[in-house]
Amino acid sequence: MSRIKSLADLSRKREEIKKGLGGMKNAADRGQNIQVKVATATCGLASGAKAVMDFFLEQLERRNIPGIVTPTGCMGYCYAEPTIEVKLPGQDPVVFGYVDLKRADQIIEKYIKTGELVDGIIPVNYETIDSK
Amino acid sequence: MSKYSKHLLVCGGTSCHSSESDAIVWNLRDELEARGLSETVQVIVTGCFGFCEHGPIVKVLPDNTLYVGVKPEDAQTIVDEHIIKGRKVTHLLYHDPVTKEVIGEHEHKGIFKKQLRIVLRNCGVINPENIDEYIARDGYLALGKVLTEMNPEQVIKLVRDSGQRGRGGAGFLTGLKWEFANKNKSDEKYVVCNADEGDPGAFMDRSVLEGDPHSVLEAMAICGYSIGASKGLIYIRAEYPLAIQRLKIAIAQAKDYGLLGNDIFGTGFNFDISLRYGAGAFVCGEETALIHSMEGLRGEPTIKPPFPAEAGFRGKPTNVNNVETFAAIPVIILKGAEWYSKIGTEKSKGTKVFALAGKINNVGLVEVPMGTTLREIIFEIGGGIKNGKKFKAVQTGGPSGGCLTEKHLDIPIDFDNLVAAGSMMGSGGMIVMDEDNCMVSIAKYFLEFTVDESCGKCSPCRIGNKRLYELLNHICDGKGTPADLDRLRNMSLVIKDTALCGLGQTSPNPVLSTLDNFMNEYVAHVTDKKCPAGECKNLMVYIVNAENCVGCTACARVCPVNAISGQRKEIHHIDPAICIKCGACKEKCKFDAIYVN
Repeated sequence: MSRIKSLADLSRKREEIKKGLGGMKNAADRGQNIQVKVATATCGLASGAKAVMDFFLEQLERRNIPGIVTPTGCMGYCYAEPTIEVKLPGQDPVVFGYVDLKRADQIIEKYIKTGELVDGIIPVNYETIDSK
Repeated sequence: MSKYSKHLLVCGGTSCHSSESDAIVWNLRDELEARGLSETVQVIVTGCFGFCEHGPIVKVLPDNTLYVGVKPEDAQTIVDEHIIKGRKVTHLLYHDPVTKEVIGEHEHKGIFKKQLRIVLRNCGVINPENIDEYIARDGYLALGKVLTEMNPEQVIKLVRDSGQRGRGGAGFLTGLKWEFANKNKSDEKYVVCNADEGDPGAFMDRSVLEGDPHSVLEAMAICGYSIGASKGLIYIRAEYPLAIQRLKIAIAQAKDYGLLGNDIFGTGFNFDISLRYGAGAFVCGEETALIHSMEGLRGEPTIKPPFPAEAGFRGKPTNVNNVETFAAIPVIILKGAEWYSKIGTEKSKGTKVFALAGKINNVGLVEVPMGTTLREIIFEIGGGIKNGKKFKAVQTGGPSGGCLTEKHLDIPIDFDNLVAAGSMMGSGGMIVMDEDNCMVSIAKYFLEFTVDESCGKCSPCRIGNKRLYELLNHICDGKGTPADLDRLRNMSLVIKDTALCGLGQTSPNPVLSTLDNFMNEYVAHVTDKKCPAGECKNLMVYIVNAENCVGCTACARVCPVNAISGQRKEIHHIDPAICIKCGACKEKCKFDAIYVN
């Protein structure tokens, strides 16, 4: 890894990451890819997020869908764990709750392949610092 | 691409569900089917919109129209008017009660979005194990800005001007705390992050560390620069293995990038962070006890002064802040003091993360601007009380806080208002109770916790809390007298005034606030020997209703202690002296012949 020695280095690094020059599997090249984030904080893991994440990793590859699956932190919806967020290229991300393996399969077949929504969507109910 | 051109999202959250949202779904599907639209318009059941007071909710995509208070019979109108004719159904739109404005679009107004995520900005968004994702979202930019463009005094002024108060519980001004540590001269100083989250039902710090560890590391380095420290320590309980693992990964990655270590950003500033593990003692969340624990001593508090800012870890000036306090710092630096101070109330700025738990539909982690009311948190974001039961109380501030009732629901939440109402902010646990919760038992539960967690150093806390607990037990067992209630109050006040540290000084709060708000329940326990909520087992009597009993002997056979006597086809009798109130007989009886008094 290259060291960041100045503020300019940091800005360069940030732009590189955003453009996707930092190698595969990082934040950037997701603009063009399907991206699945699985909430894997302690609470998510306790309700089966690990199995869901493994399922997506395995099945996206098996079904020849170019996508990136990453762990992320708590999304705040404890009542609907496991929760995942799916972002299709050029669209707003959608959060799904109560994701067991059956629903995970539905999400791949319907939402990811055809853009058709499936039950269990959790509406965004918060503002971010960018909008405020 | 999807074959559907429109979607109807129907809220299937528990609250909307109980007001027939499933019938709305069926009706919408039927209406669409009847008009040959089921191939182009799809009906989807969603999770909670956080607007339950006005449920059930139906949202139309892609035009984002939000309908509130929808009834199953409205399905036809929505399909005919909105879907077919493309006209909004005005009477189902939300009418703002204050401005009388009709709000047609969901994204249009903040009223549907009570939450604002500052501390949780990256949680559930970035991969916490990849520093690049943090950097892509302006991570370490605040540190860079501070190191290259500001002097320590300017940073402290900015933090002070933002008005941020410590999120650990006491609500002390962060900037002022930094200033004290800055002014004390020493060859070495320390920055400590208090991640010893100990309140029952609180998990916001864990979530931040698991979801966005770099934000805390960055803020600690900023604090280090401001007070003149080169070492940071995170005191975290060993019960948080995943948070520890992610912190370790984050520290290693930051060191690799040179964002921690020597000569950060080429400015000559050095800062290193290491972890210290706690064994999960509640008292170690108190800063002096925490410091002793880190030094390898017993986790016992000492009298302040000296404050840690004068003589803390290893006798050196030390600044201790909570995880949530730190996590907001990079945003405050980047967005500015003015931006932050516009959020919240006059004396409490910014947002607060609450862990919603107990008898509430949407158990979860929420972040709201200070000044949001309990009603908004519990009934809108939280989706209301489970199983349609009645709201009774909410405990804020964990075992150190108090319970608030119906009459407090509309108070704007901030540090001072909660104290004025007889509770406190604490770290942000919010435990919701319904009509089935006995308030004496609740006070007993919290006291049991403090008795367990008292370090034993001072007698008011060690002995006083134990006596309080015994008295409460006594009352729950039906052995209490009216004089016990005065005794409870007096003892509570003495403990509050004389205990050594925050733990003891606040431990009687659950007793005092339940005495204040639910005196009638205490009186019922001591004079009528009854528990109105039906929770205290020893005050319950199982009785056979002679009219309904057919003498089937089913109850006698299931009783584990043989407390039920009676011949076949004769009325049975339960001996209260033997009965252990397990309820097995009542459950077994097919004739509703057993009731609880």
